[in-house]
Amino acid sequence: MIDFDTLLQVLDSSVRLSIPLLLACLAGLFSERAGIFDIGLEGKMLASAFAAGAAAFVTGSALIGMLAGIFASIILSAVHGVASITFKGNQLISGVAINFLASGLTALIGQNWFRQGGQTPPLSGSARFNEITLPLAELLRDVPIFGKIYYELISGHTLLAYIAFLIVPLTWWILFRTRFGLRLRAVGENPAAVDTSGISVVRQRYAAILICGILCGLAGAYLSTGIGAGFGKEMTAGKGFIALAALIFAKWKPVPALWACLLFGFLEAIGIRFQNIEIPGVGTIPLQLMQALPYILTVIILAGFVGKAIPPKAGGEPYNKE
Amino acid sequence: MKKLPTWIDILLIPLINLAIALFLSALVVLYIGEDPMDALSIMIKGAIGSSYGWGYTLYYATNFIFTGLAVSVAFHAKMFNIGGEGQAALGGLGVALVCLMFPWPHWILALPVAIIGGAVFGAAWAAIPAYLQAKRGSHIVITTIMFNFMASALLVYLLVNVLKAPGSMAPETGRFIEGARLPTGHDMLGWFGIKFSKSPPVNISFLISLLFCFLIWFLIWRTKLGYEIRAFGHSESAAKYAGISPIKIIMVSMLISGALAGLMGINSVMGESERLVIDSVQGAGFIGIAVALMGRSHPFGVLLAAILFGILYQGGAELALWTSIPRELIVVIQALVILLTGALDNMIRMPIERLYFKMVRAGT
Repeated sequence: MIDFDTLLQVLDSSVRLSIPLLLACLAGLFSERAGIFDIGLEGKMLASAFAAGAAAFVTGSALIGMLAGIFASIILSAVHGVASITFKGNQLISGVAINFLASGLTALIGQNWFRQGGQTPPLSGSARFNEITLPLAELLRDVPIFGKIYYELISGHTLLAYIAFLIVPLTWWILFRTRFGLRLRAVGENPAAVDTSGISVVRQRYAAILICGILCGLAGAYLSTGIGAGFGKEMTAGKGFIALAALIFAKWKPVPALWACLLFGFLEAIGIRFQNIEIPGVGTIPLQLMQALPYILTVIILAGFVGKAIPPKAGGEPYNKE
Repeated sequence: MKKLPTWIDILLIPLINLAIALFLSALVVLYIGEDPMDALSIMIKGAIGSSYGWGYTLYYATNFIFTGLAVSVAFHAKMFNIGGEGQAALGGLGVALVCLMFPWPHWILALPVAIIGGAVFGAAWAAIPAYLQAKRGSHIVITTIMFNFMASALLVYLLVNVLKAPGSMAPETGRFIEGARLPTGHDMLGWFGIKFSKSPPVNISFLISLLFCFLIWFLIWRTKLGYEIRAFGHSESAAKYAGISPIKIIMVSMLISGALAGLMGINSVMGESERLVIDSVQGAGFIGIAVALMGRSHPFGVLLAAILFGILYQGGAELALWTSIPRELIVVIQALVILLTGALDNMIRMPIERLYFKMVRAGT
C-alpha cells in the first residue's frame, strides 16, 4: 500500500495537471453550449502557451505573458468564428485547421525568434506564476492529517490554478443564473427561437467563442508560465483533446467538468508516478493503458451505456436565417 | 438554384483557394526573412526537378492517396472520419504482422496478403466508432479522435512489450525478410531499362494506390452501393424513405474508409521502413482531410491533391535543408488549405457565384 505522504503528493500533482484541462474544458463548455463545436481547443492552448512564454521572456512579466496568451487564443477563436458563424462553414474542419495552424506557426515563429528548435528560453522569477503559500499553511503544516492536507494539497499552487477553480462556480452562475447565460444556452439548443425573440444569434455565438478564447488563453499561459518554465514545441500534447473528452464526460455541465478534469488529472499523475502499476491478483497495468483511459472512458460515456451524454441540440449547425 | 459549371466548381475554386493559401504562406516566409520566390523554386526543384525528388514526392503522395480516399468515402456518406491516423497505424500493424508471420518466398505472394492485413486491421479500428454512430448516435468525429489516441497508446505498448526485436533497444520490430521486400521505383523502371534514382522509397504501392483510385471511383459512381452511399450523404431522410438502411450505409462506408487508411501500411511500413516503428503514420491520416477537401472527394481530385501535397512535403524537406525555413511551413500551408477549402469555402464560392451569374446574365 502507498503511504499518506505519497498519496498527498499524487493528489497534489493531480490538481496541477488538471488545471489546464479544466480551463480548456470550461472554454469548450461556453462554445459548445452556444452551438459551436470546438475541436480547436488544443490549437488555441498551444498558441497561447507560445505567446505567453515568449512575452513573459521578453518582458519578464508573467501577467503580460498571460495577456499575450489570451490575445493569441482570441485571434484563433476569431478565425473559428468567421469560418463557422459568418461564413457558415464546417465547424469541425475549421477546428482541425486551427490545430494545424497553431502547431505550424508556433514552431515556425519560435524557431525564428529564439533559434532554440522552437522552444522559448527558460523562464524564472517574475516571468512565471509562482506558487502561493496560503495564510497559516507554514504554521499548520505539522498538524497531522488536516494541516498536512492544507499545506501540501490546498496551499502552494499558482494564482492561475486558484482562478481556474473559481471559474467553475462562476461559469455555473453565468450559464444558469443570468440572462446572458440563458440566451447562450438557447442559441445552442434552438437558435431559431432566439432569433424570433429579437436577439442576434450571431452576436451571442461570437460572445461565447470570445469567452472560449479567453479561457483557452489562460490554459495555455498556465502550461508555459505556471506549471512549466517556458514553451516547448507541441507542449499541449493532446491536452486539448482530453479537455474535450472531459467536457463530454461531464455532459456539458460546469461542476461535473471539474470532477472529470480532476479524474483525468489523477490518471495522468498516477501514470507519471508509478509507470507500471501492480495490482495483486490482476497483474500489471501498463502505463499506456493509463494514458488511454480518459479516451476509453469517454467513448463508453458517449456510447451511452453509463448515462448518455447528449450534446446541445444545435451544436455544429450553422444558423441560417430563412 | 442554378449551379456553377463543373470546371469552376472543381478546378477554379480549389486553385483560388490554393493560391490564397500559398500567398499567405509567402507572407510567413517573408516575415522569417527569406525570399518567397526563391523558396518556391527550391521546393519545386527539390520535389520534381530530379528522379530522386520525384521518388520521394510520389512516395508521400501514395500515403496521401490512401488516406485521402479514406476521408472521401466517408465524406460521401456525410461522415467526417478524423480517425485516419489511428486506422492507418493499425493498418501498419496488420501489414507488419503479415510480413513477420510467414516465411515469404516472394513479394508477389506477400503483397496481396499484406493488403488484406492492412485493410482488415484499419477497418477493424473504424468498426467500433462506426457501430457507435450507427446504433447509439455517438458523434463519429469525437469517437474517432479518441480512437486515434487509443491507437497510439496501443502501438507503443505493443512495440515496447510484445513486438520489439529481441536484443534491440529501439521500440521497433525486426526487419522484414527479403521475400517481403517490395520493388522500388528503381527496381520497376529497371525492368524496362529506365534509369531511376536508387534511394527514394517510392515503390509498387503507388501503382496499387492508383488502382484503388479507380476502384473507389467505380464503387461510388457505378455501383448500387455507391449510389446508396451518395444518396444517404445527400439526404438521410430521403435515403431512409427510399428504403436505404442508415445503419448499413454508416457501417459500410466507415469500414471501407478505415480499410483504405489501413492500406497506407503497405507503402510506409512494407515499402519504406521494412519494419514497424513508432508513429509510422506521421500525420498522413490528417493530411488525408486536406487532400479529400481539396480533391472534392473525387478520386481523380484526390490523386491530384495527393501529388500536390507530396510535392509540398518533399519540397518542404528540401527547404528545411537549404534555408532557415523550418519544415513546419508545410503544416501551415496544410492548415490554410484545410481552412480555405473546408471551412471558409463560402468566402470564395459566394463572390464567384455572384460574379459568374452576373456575367451569364450580361452575356444572354
